[in-house]
Amino acid sequence: MKIAILGTGCPKCKQTAEVVRRAVEQVGIEATIYKVEDIREIMMFKVMTTPAVAVDGQVRISGRVPTMDEVKALLSHGGTE
Amino acid sequence: MSECCERKPAGESGLGTTCCEGARPADSSVPTSEAAPRTTAKYIIIGFLALGIWWMVYQGLSPFAKWFTFSLLALSPGSRLTSAVEFFVFEAPKVLMLLTLVVFAVGIVRSFFTPERARRILAGKRESAGNALASFLGVVTPFCSCSAVPLFIGFVTSGVPLGVTFSFLVSAPMVNEIALVLLYSLFGWKIAAIYAGTGLAIAMISGWVIGRLGMESHVEEWVYAVPGGGDEGADSPDVSWRDRIRSGLDSVRDIVGKVWPYVVAGIAVGAAIHGYVPENFMAGIMGAGAWWSVPLAVLIGIPMYSNAAGIIPVVQALLGKGAALGTVLAFMMSVIGLSLPEMIILRKVLKVRLIATFAGVVGVGILIVGYLFNALL
Repeated sequence: MKIAILGTGCPKCKQTAEVVRRAVEQVGIEATIYKVEDIREIMMFKVMTTPAVAVDGQVRISGRVPTMDEVKALLSHGGTE
Repeated sequence: MSECCERKPAGESGLGTTCCEGARPADSSVPTSEAAPRTTAKYIIIGFLALGIWWMVYQGLSPFAKWFTFSLLALSPGSRLTSAVEFFVFEAPKVLMLLTLVVFAVGIVRSFFTPERARRILAGKRESAGNALASFLGVVTPFCSCSAVPLFIGFVTSGVPLGVTFSFLVSAPMVNEIALVLLYSLFGWKIAAIYAGTGLAIAMISGWVIGRLGMESHVEEWVYAVPGGGDEGADSPDVSWRDRIRSGLDSVRDIVGKVWPYVVAGIAVGAAIHGYVPENFMAGIMGAGAWWSVPLAVLIGIPMYSNAAGIIPVVQALLGKGAALGTVLAFMMSVIGLSLPEMIILRKVLKVRLIATFAGVVGVGILIVGYLFNALL
């Protein structure tokens, strides 16, 4: 699973990255977390608000810092749906 | 727009970007509680109770300020210190309480709107009608200037005309809930309505003018290469009331939690002016008689980056000392609506000439409002 944190490097994006990192740790799955900070690359995900979280290339959360439970739910349901 | 963007200490990441959307309801992809109806009823009852308590406390503020000033501190009536202290002890909790209530209400209203929905409504709209619609949507859609770039690109690439996009970008910061609450609580509904009306008019007209100027070529080329359309991300079709209330509470925590120091500082400055600056002191500098005061107020306002919460208590004190309403409105609009950090952020997608045009057109609009009110009142 690949998790992208989209955001131009603001405090909320860092918080988001931290929440995702901890969630991945707690769920205990294999996942690569990477940050996308370049605005052009962010736009490739078609988001209009940041921070955003994309799982396997699909945007699942945008415009806010997610809660731990949300991210855990995302992780356990996988990028399928 | 949410009052959520702060200038970051320099060097943290180049530009002063701070991402900070207001709270949003949970994504539909995340399972929410099953017992929704019962919890909703519980939330409504708690809500009414909270509102009742809020009202009683609010009513008690004025007696409390008097008691605090005259009985507890035993200050003698009529002195400068007394009037400053009473102003502060009354206004600070009052403004914070109003702010909490309105930010909560706006948080709920905004849970019905998303930038994605605004874009869908505006895509393909013709100008003029589109400009008007965009200005209204700018007020109710959760947005902050640090998301200006993705939002701008999202709009432009999915067929929202450039001028219409600008109407949105102008009205979103300028006509915001915090400005309206503070104006209402400190000056009454008339001035709040004047501010909202003229702010919307400036957004509509300046967006229309920018559209007429046909400056599409002054948008950075790569923007148009971004694939348009797509409604990915947070467009949650069925959000329960429970989630909406939660998003209201989240925005209170987010916004009030962040702006309260500015409000308190603003009121403290206001209190000092209230108590120590002589009546009509400002009349000479910011009065209606000085023609140069309006442009000066706008120029001073642009580099000043404050949110409405910090600036309005100062504005109230200025008005009380004889500054003219038009000048003060112009100053406020310039501080809130024309911010240098936002322009720097927009530089990523706009060429300098378009940014200058944008600032110029909006600036002229603000000037007209300033002169108009100085002439009328």
